[in-house]
Amino acid sequence: MAKSYEIRLSGSGGQGLILAGIILARAAVIEKRRVTQTQSYGPESRGGYSRADVIISDEEIYFPEATNFNCLLALTQEACDVYLYDLRDSGILIIDTTFVKNLALAAENTYELPFTEIAQEKLGSPITTNILSLAFMTQITGIVKPESLKQSIAESVKPAFVELNHKAMELGFELAKKYKK
Amino acid sequence: MQGNEAVAYGALDAGVNFFAGYPITPSTEVAEILSVELPKRGGVFVQMEDEIASICAITGASLAGAKSLTATSGPGFSLMQEGIGFAKITETPCVVVNVQRMGPSTGMPTSPAQGDIMQAKWGSHGDSPSIVLYPDSVKESYELTIRAVNLAEKYRTCVILLLDEVIGHMREAVRLPDMANVRVINRIKPTVPPHWYKHYDENQKYLSPLASYGEGYRFHVTGLTHDSHGFPTNKSSEASEMMERLRKKIDYNIRDLVQIESHQMEDAKIAIFTAGITARAAKAAIAMARAEGIKVGLLRPLTIWPFPDDAVRKMLRNVETVIVPELNQGQLIHEIQRLTKDKSDGNLIPIQRVNGQLITPNDILRKIKEVS
Amino acid sequence: MANIPQRIIHEYLRHDKKFPHVWCAGCSNGIVLGAIIRAIASLNLDRDDIVMVSGIGCSSRMPVYVDFNTLHTLHGRSIAYATGVKLHKPNLKVIVVTGDGDCTAIGGNHLIHAARRNIDLKVILINNNIYGMTGGQCSPTTPHEAIATTAPYGNIEPDFNVCNLAMGAGASFVARTTAFHVLEMQGIVKDALEHPGFSLVEVVSACPVIYGRLNKKGGAPQMMKDFRDNSVPLAAVDKLPPEKVEGKIIRGILRREIRPEYCAQYASLVERIKDKEADNG
Ligand SMILES: Cc1ncc(C[n+]2csc(CCOP(=O)(O)OP(=O)(O)O)c2C)c(N)n1
Ligand code: SF4
Ligand SMILES: [Mg+2]
Repeated sequence: MAKSYEIRLSGSGGQGLILAGIILARAAVIEKRRVTQTQSYGPESRGGYSRADVIISDEEIYFPEATNFNCLLALTQEACDVYLYDLRDSGILIIDTTFVKNLALAAENTYELPFTEIAQEKLGSPITTNILSLAFMTQITGIVKPESLKQSIAESVKPAFVELNHKAMELGFELAKKYKK
Repeated sequence: MQGNEAVAYGALDAGVNFFAGYPITPSTEVAEILSVELPKRGGVFVQMEDEIASICAITGASLAGAKSLTATSGPGFSLMQEGIGFAKITETPCVVVNVQRMGPSTGMPTSPAQGDIMQAKWGSHGDSPSIVLYPDSVKESYELTIRAVNLAEKYRTCVILLLDEVIGHMREAVRLPDMANVRVINRIKPTVPPHWYKHYDENQKYLSPLASYGEGYRFHVTGLTHDSHGFPTNKSSEASEMMERLRKKIDYNIRDLVQIESHQMEDAKIAIFTAGITARAAKAAIAMARAEGIKVGLLRPLTIWPFPDDAVRKMLRNVETVIVPELNQGQLIHEIQRLTKDKSDGNLIPIQRVNGQLITPNDILRKIKEVS
Repeated sequence: MANIPQRIIHEYLRHDKKFPHVWCAGCSNGIVLGAIIRAIASLNLDRDDIVMVSGIGCSSRMPVYVDFNTLHTLHGRSIAYATGVKLHKPNLKVIVVTGDGDCTAIGGNHLIHAARRNIDLKVILINNNIYGMTGGQCSPTTPHEAIATTAPYGNIEPDFNVCNLAMGAGASFVARTTAFHVLEMQGIVKDALEHPGFSLVEVVSACPVIYGRLNKKGGAPQMMKDFRDNSVPLAAVDKLPPEKVEGKIIRGILRREIRPEYCAQYASLVERIKDKEADNG
């Protein structure tokens, strides 16, 4: 694994990306790795752009914002269009085809799934799209262990929502294992 | 832990027991956390009607003996300036945390900028030397909050902690020290009987004891120019004595106040001078440049005011070029220029950006390569 | 009141350093100072426990002369500073002395919110209908058509009824008196000092040198007589025909009610949380 791994989770406000970023960062902390998590979002808490950057490393992390991603998760067309340029060569792109329709710039390592639709159908609500896609991403990249993610989720969401989010996580793992390119 | 969270816990560990504030992005988490934690410890959290009221309330509380702090961002920091001047002229300990956002005016509330560096020094009218600290990580946000509270107590003044928006909202793993290892400074209390007490005692180190309301000292505090008892004066001799004391307590103690980090400067031909988040971009750029054999280092002030003149002069003697990246239209660079007598401006290279985006390691690396 | 000798005032002043005072001859500020001191003396309050806070203005110069804990702050901000003092040490009696400009123009926001919180501050508002200190500019209580240096053709704005403002904002003790009615003032200040909650006492006052001159009020004695002749006690209002009340200054305690006080509310919040923490751990 690379010494330093840069991930950007991107989409719009209300999709829970910053929480996903926090969960991923905490999972890395559980594995005793160095990590920074930064975020950028519009002034409004719904709609507008939103992104969370997580850098996981075994060395001191100087600059905490991802500038050359190993992996980009894009849940909206706009996020995909804006950030794709900073995905490094052979980096992994994961997109939610519920919203990302136009893929003129698709990378060589692209994974496409309608995460929002799946969350709605299988879990009854789109609010778990963040965990579903995050679990998918960690399974594909292997950046943190499944049990670390599980523990991190349990520590990060309200007790009443742990079960639902763990379900979303399991589904995300499963989708990744079954995914055929 | 988040930067703003580290500030809140730093404040608590430093003994802050009074917070008054008004919500503003990107500093609000500090208030929210303290609204949970302070009442648990018997301290006071109060949400005031605006930032003016907030700085006034923390100053009043401090005079009654509290360790007090407020947190805000650009627009609120502007509103507080008159009150900051009052805390300074009355030599009342308090801390103002300013999590900077892009201005002017409402600007970009959730975007980073380093535009308040000069305001932190000159924001209030009249001359009043400032102590301003500037962390570059979550851990350092915790440490410098404690230091800000300590310095406020020790030097009896309003200390300002400048954070970058990105630092305030960034999460990093930090292990908070055991409280046994946290050094907490409390204000010196008077030992003399009340009728001998001078609210502004002159002594060699310019560190004078401070009584609190309700302890029998019945002193007077005014924002008017005052004598050493605190009573208003129009005598020019007493006015200059007061102004000199405000200045000397900073100048005389400069070695205690100034803190800098020198990173890979030993053999550097190019130096980068910057603070906060931009210094982190610089460190990343330095690692890349050094991998290509370019000798470049970083000088980073943790205390931004008083300015580290001596360290900067030394840097200017030892390197050929200084790059000054900052998220504004040129603030730190003027201070370097002030100290650059024998160098042409060609050796002083600005990188300036104010559009809500950070200066990245690559931006700095490009400049390093241009000048090397 | 007769049992309190007149020289009691002197025991509470800082003579060694702070006199002569800055006020003009005939100014009401000294009368208010005397009434406050006598009210404090009549309650036998320990002066170490009294904090007098003020803003900026002629009236706000008062704290420097009295031997209490004193805090002379910024224009308009006295209530905000006082809030900090009181919240940190609720056992202290915190008295705010403020002018009409200080309290209702630049400081209006702090006034209404302190009243709403019902924090136990004693606000003595010396209303001379003008900005005295800066030489006679219009204030929010300058009467309609009165002359000020910034209303040379007569004030076109309506003025504030400060007591109504405070009551509307939730103050639990509100009273009005004038600089002429010295014993009444002393009694009202005493009642305010004993009231557990936000208290506002408006003292209608004379600034003969600036407001009086600009508006041809005939000097300090005449202005005092006007206060006597143009005011009615609240108790008499119902008994008088409406035309005798119209345009008069209504004196007396306009509101006195018990409502949860802010510092007490905060203390019980702290207790509640501590109990809960103890239960949990
Ligand atoms: C922020 C600020 N604005 C303006 C002033 C100038 N100023 C000083 S006193 C005053 C008005 C005082 O009027 P008032 O509060 O009614 O007190 P008085 O002098 O009438 O007792 C003004 C405008 C100031 N000191 N500070
Ligand atoms: S100007 Fe008016 S208010 Fe000020 S001291 Fe003179 S008489 Fe009093
Ligand atoms: Mg006035």
